[in-house]
Amino acid sequence: MTEPHGTRSGAEPDPVDALAIAWADEVEGTSYVPMAVDELQAHLRELAGLVIDAVLADPPRPDAGAEVGRRLVAAHFTGPETLERTVLLLDEQLPALLDPAVLPAVHALTGTLAGGYAAALRDRTLDEQEAIRRAVLAARHHTEQALHASEARFRAMFHEAAIGIGLGDMDGRILEVNPAMTRMFGHTADEFRRLTVGDLTHPDDAPSVWRLYERLLRGEIDNFRLEKRFFRRSGKEIVGHLTLSLVRDAQGRPTYQLAMLEDVSERHRLQENLEYQAYHDPLTKLANRAKFTERLERVFTREGPDSLRRVGVCFLDLDGFKTINDSLGHSVGDRMLQEVARRLGSCVTDGELIARMGGDEFVVLVEDSHGVDRLVGLADRVLAALAPPLPLAGQELVVGASIGVVEQAVRETTASELMRAADITLYTAKAEGRGRWAVHDPGRDEAETARFTLSAALPSAVAHNEFFVLYQPLVSLADHRVRGVEALVRWQHPRLGVLSPSLFIGPAEETGIIVELGRRVLEYACRDARAWQDEFGDAAPFVSVNVAQRQLAEPALVSEVADLLDRTGLRPDRLQIELTERALTVDEGAPLKALDGLRAMGVRIAVDDFGTGYSNLSYLRKLPVDVIKLDGSFGEGLREEELSDEVDEVIVGTLVALGHALGLTVTAEGVETGPQAARLRALGCDEGQGWLFAPALPAADIARMVRRGAPLGDPAARPGGDLLGA
Amino acid sequence: MQRPSWAPEDVDIDRPSAARVYDYYLGGGHNFAVDRAMAARAVADWPELPRIMQANRAFLRRAVRYLADQGFDQFLDIGSGIPTVGNVHEVAHATNPDARVVYVDIDPVAVAHSRAILADDPRTGVVQRDFAEVAAVLDDPVTRSLIDPSRPVAVLVVALLHFVGDERRPGEVLARYREAMAPGSHLVVSHASADGAPDRADDHQALYRRTATPMRMRTRDEVAALLDGFTLVDPGLVFLPEWRPDDPSAVLEHPERFTGYAAVGRRD
Repeated sequence: MTEPHGTRSGAEPDPVDALAIAWADEVEGTSYVPMAVDELQAHLRELAGLVIDAVLADPPRPDAGAEVGRRLVAAHFTGPETLERTVLLLDEQLPALLDPAVLPAVHALTGTLAGGYAAALRDRTLDEQEAIRRAVLAARHHTEQALHASEARFRAMFHEAAIGIGLGDMDGRILEVNPAMTRMFGHTADEFRRLTVGDLTHPDDAPSVWRLYERLLRGEIDNFRLEKRFFRRSGKEIVGHLTLSLVRDAQGRPTYQLAMLEDVSERHRLQENLEYQAYHDPLTKLANRAKFTERLERVFTREGPDSLRRVGVCFLDLDGFKTINDSLGHSVGDRMLQEVARRLGSCVTDGELIARMGGDEFVVLVEDSHGVDRLVGLADRVLAALAPPLPLAGQELVVGASIGVVEQAVRETTASELMRAADITLYTAKAEGRGRWAVHDPGRDEAETARFTLSAALPSAVAHNEFFVLYQPLVSLADHRVRGVEALVRWQHPRLGVLSPSLFIGPAEETGIIVELGRRVLEYACRDARAWQDEFGDAAPFVSVNVAQRQLAEPALVSEVADLLDRTGLRPDRLQIELTERALTVDEGAPLKALDGLRAMGVRIAVDDFGTGYSNLSYLRKLPVDVIKLDGSFGEGLREEELSDEVDEVIVGTLVALGHALGLTVTAEGVETGPQAARLRALGCDEGQGWLFAPALPAADIARMVRRGAPLGDPAARPGGDLLGA
Repeated sequence: MQRPSWAPEDVDIDRPSAARVYDYYLGGGHNFAVDRAMAARAVADWPELPRIMQANRAFLRRAVRYLADQGFDQFLDIGSGIPTVGNVHEVAHATNPDARVVYVDIDPVAVAHSRAILADDPRTGVVQRDFAEVAAVLDDPVTRSLIDPSRPVAVLVVALLHFVGDERRPGEVLARYREAMAPGSHLVVSHASADGAPDRADDHQALYRRTATPMRMRTRDEVAALLDGFTLVDPGLVFLPEWRPDDPSAVLEHPERFTGYAAVGRRD
């Protein structure tokens, strides 16, 4: 830094330094100056030198004040207070520091200083104002450019979008559409502008479409999405996925409506095609089982419990189709099915659905039936339509059909029950002779249904061990003590609960599953009897097990029983095999041989339900039998206390005598009262079985009963009462 | 809704702008009547305000000089506002003429003005971004061309955080900057506080509610929490005039009247 004037000697303070220090003190904080304290003092020191030189000059140079003022502003002493304090400071300090005589020069200088300061500040302020305004313009320009760019992008998006975009006003007038929209509809943009949203109505539009639209116009909703059909200019139909949105202004008022539309016609066609394939039989073009099932189930799901609606089906199966297929080949069979389908088509009217259920089964669904008559009429028409011979493969083929007709109130049945009934009724029609229809009879079908379903369930029930065994005591009529027990099988059905043998033994015999079931029962019985044998020794009850005719015919029966006794350790004389009279009267050698084999082991043989078959009494003599069990029906007339049927007494007495004459034990079944037991005893019966003594019980209860050793069916006791002990 | 980057903000000069009001407090002319009217109302309530603003600006000057003296030659000034007097590049260049400075602000007018002033200076650059857009700020081509992220950088967040409400999670934003800064980098922070003048602060915050940048003053603890993860250099977190004053012997009376905090922290 140059010294603006000569240095002074001695201890006398330099007026320039003194002024600079005082000046800095005075203006500190009056303006923001980006300087450290030392820099500030250095800067003011320069200005102080200028001021002092100007005042002391001869003549004084007051104009220098203008320069000082400018330099203050240049250093950013822009606060008005700075000027005020500077002027006051110079007026006061300079005469004191220099000489009182400089005061006029000081006044002149502070005047020009104020002028220079004001001019510089004005220029600076104007420059800065201009700069900031330029900045605003630049910023706006930048913003506009950005807006243009973004608008250009939007334009491009609007024009190039694959999706149709349209803008409408709140009166429904279409204001603008993009090229995708014009391509979709075949209208030009100008043609669109002459349309209103209402012109885009399609007769298939659900009422909800236009309700949503009204709500959107009222501003209640901001957008909605749906699929809707439209007409192209050509009249062709398109399916569009539409999103309609409300555009609001800054105040939130609805201003425009914006539609975005995607043409999903192709997708729709494809979907319809797939749906068609999924629900139709390719051979006959009829509905398939899936379609039929869906329609039938819809009938049921749509109706409430109070519905009066009725529904009907004709379930049809061709007679002898398999023979045609096998003998003339599948292509002939296929053509026959097509012809049948065509003829069926001629029989039905609106609201009736024909479906091919598979193979040669067809069904006609009448969704809104008013009685069985219509169904029967339909069945007649179908049979008549199928009657004329079909010219196929150079021959005239006759095809018959059987039809099961079911017609029921919807609330009385279910879809699956209805179809089961139809199945059974069809079966009935076939059984009654083909080429006819049968109408569902709930009573008949119930029995058939039960048989049918139980029979079908038997194999898996055996495999899953759903059977168990109970034991009904056989007591000595002499002392009413337990001599043995009859094993009685029960079915623990997972859905129906415990089923008695009368419900399933028949089907089990028919299907042959009885062999396996009987084997299981024998096994259970022998194991339980072995346990009693272990506990009670000679006093243990024997176990009497029913063996069916089919089992008896099994060559392995004897060896199986021998093996079973061996495995379980049951004494042969503790096992008794019960057979029905019918099983014994077959005129074949094998069963009898089996009986001989069993008896040879020491197993006893009992004839069950004796007297109910067409017994050849002479035959009885030759049979290897130890016990006859008189059927409960013979003892029924002996139950009343006062009155006894004399005929029954004679019959029972004769049978007992016959049995005894042959050296057989006679057991009476169905003993229910004390007087009956007493009469049977008087007539010579050896053993009794029935409710008077005990019902069928679990093995553990039998053991408890034997342990107690009390007589059963004491005339003083209630029938069957107190027999289980504590 | 987040505004897409290509949909610009309007330039609205009918509302006061924090950047222009600050310029006015510092004696600048880069402001409009609406800005001056607001400043006048604020000063009427709180006469020390211009001095506080000056103290803040003086802290910025001291902090930049301190860092430049330490050898820092790249500066990122976030929320730089209107370049008025004593800008970062001017202070830094006094020590190191090669120092690089990037100014970041979201105010379109401040950015336009900065670009006009700095157009001819290749050592400086301007980025229009919000403070919270950390990745966008750091990855901007201007930032990339001037600042080498592998070397220590001085990040300045001066008189900005009190315009960032808690809902914008300023602490997390600072942490993201910290993660991106090379070890040895420094963060410069000043923050308005009501600690020294609680009676006045409420009215003052109410005034700023009319601007595009409402104010959220914070206590000393709250400011300290924002600096979590930085090691503060001496003298730590202090009132504005107390941070490394030019003349340590000068005793300040009532430093708390300059009601704002200052600190410089190191990213270790």
